[in-house]
Amino acid sequence: MGASSLIVLIIAAIAFSGIAILVSSLVLKGSTNKQKGEPYECGIPTTGKTWVQLNVGYYLFALIFLIFDVELIFLYPWAVVAKTTGWLAFAEIVVFFFILFMGFLYAHKKGALKWI
Amino acid sequence: MWSLQKIANTIHEWLNTTFNSTIATTIEMVIAGVAVITLFALLGLVLVLMERRIAAWMQIRLGPNRVGPQGLLQSMADTIKLLVKEGLTPNGADKFLFNLAPFIAMIVAMLLMAPIAFAKDFQLWDLNIGVLYISSVSSIMVISILMAGWSSNNKYSLMGAMRSGAQIVSYELSAGLAILTIIVPIGSLQFSEIVQSQVNGWWIFKGHIPAIIAFVIFMIAVTAETNRAPFDLAEAESELTAGFHTEYSGMKFALFFLSEYVNVFIVCAVGATLFLGGWMPFHIGHWESFNHMMDYIPSSVWFFGKTFALIFLIMWFRWTFPRLRIDQLLNLEWKYLLPISMFNLLLMTALAILGWYF
Repeated sequence: MGASSLIVLIIAAIAFSGIAILVSSLVLKGSTNKQKGEPYECGIPTTGKTWVQLNVGYYLFALIFLIFDVELIFLYPWAVVAKTTGWLAFAEIVVFFFILFMGFLYAHKKGALKWI
Repeated sequence: MWSLQKIANTIHEWLNTTFNSTIATTIEMVIAGVAVITLFALLGLVLVLMERRIAAWMQIRLGPNRVGPQGLLQSMADTIKLLVKEGLTPNGADKFLFNLAPFIAMIVAMLLMAPIAFAKDFQLWDLNIGVLYISSVSSIMVISILMAGWSSNNKYSLMGAMRSGAQIVSYELSAGLAILTIIVPIGSLQFSEIVQSQVNGWWIFKGHIPAIIAFVIFMIAVTAETNRAPFDLAEAESELTAGFHTEYSGMKFALFFLSEYVNVFIVCAVGATLFLGGWMPFHIGHWESFNHMMDYIPSSVWFFGKTFALIFLIMWFRWTFPRLRIDQLLNLEWKYLLPISMFNLLLMTALAILGWYF
């Protein structure tokens, strides 16, 4: 079908979820009271703001991920031509991985991969 | 012998002879949309029941067996139950993002269906960068999870979403490297060519050691990416109630649930295509008569058989391994899987250049 299938799929997804939510909201008759809208945190009333400060570890991993993900994107076109290019491609990827691995070791040495 | 491709071709020809081309294309689009929605609903119903029956079987109990023969209609009953439940929005939630998140999850799950080859010459869009498309679209999934967790106004949801974000982005790397390990000897990212390259044997046999290592890493990584046990930290019941979808109820919860199961199906389909030959029947080298006999089984049966075998494997993991801690989880990825898969990629490249695969 080609690229037009993407439009079909997006419309199908929106229609499917939209109709499902619409039907369920038509079927039932909801009631409201004060307790119903409270966030469910094991039944006790919640204290303080929800959007608290989080462990910095998550952000560190996100940063390292960014480096490696860009590396992965570079590898896709390389992987397609690697076999036909032969040993030159292999040498290039060894150099690439060596530099990357140095960065990885640096992050490891700095303790960025340790969960605090 | 029937095949999905013949049915599709018959419909295509009939439409083009009966109507003019514009109307025929429109009708085809509608049919494709309805077919994918039907597949979605069926997958949801089948996989939920399969999960529950397998869980029961592994724990030596009966599982759902009252509604319909062998409990076959159980998930139908569950769907009706979910349909009549109220979809709550907690106080102080970001209403727009809260309602948008399930839609994004569904759209991503649906979009991933496009390049998957369900049978011989039977796929929606055979684009030349199919594998790259899958890995890029599937990473949008994490946005819907973060959105759901952030907008719920619930500390547990937020924590679950953050955990799941760190986990999915980490395991994406080794899943990508495992996929690339197979791409190197094939030299193409197109799904039809990947399947065609396995006409004389599947890659898990042809690529011997590096392919087997890549397969193991791929299965571990996709289990983590789809947030399933033993990597289901994002919804660890004992710590975080239900993780990012704690506040979701009714149909919105059902959509998250469905998209999760469909994602499991899709990653298993990708794994089956890359490592186990997709719709390609089991062929051994030049054994012509054996290969002919295998060709009599329809290609769609092969594809779904392999995919469900991998889904069974993932369900098996769930009832075998205890849940990991977040530091163990990230250690496993960054200190073991990532270096191993990088080295494995180098090994496969050397073998591919030397031609040391069958």
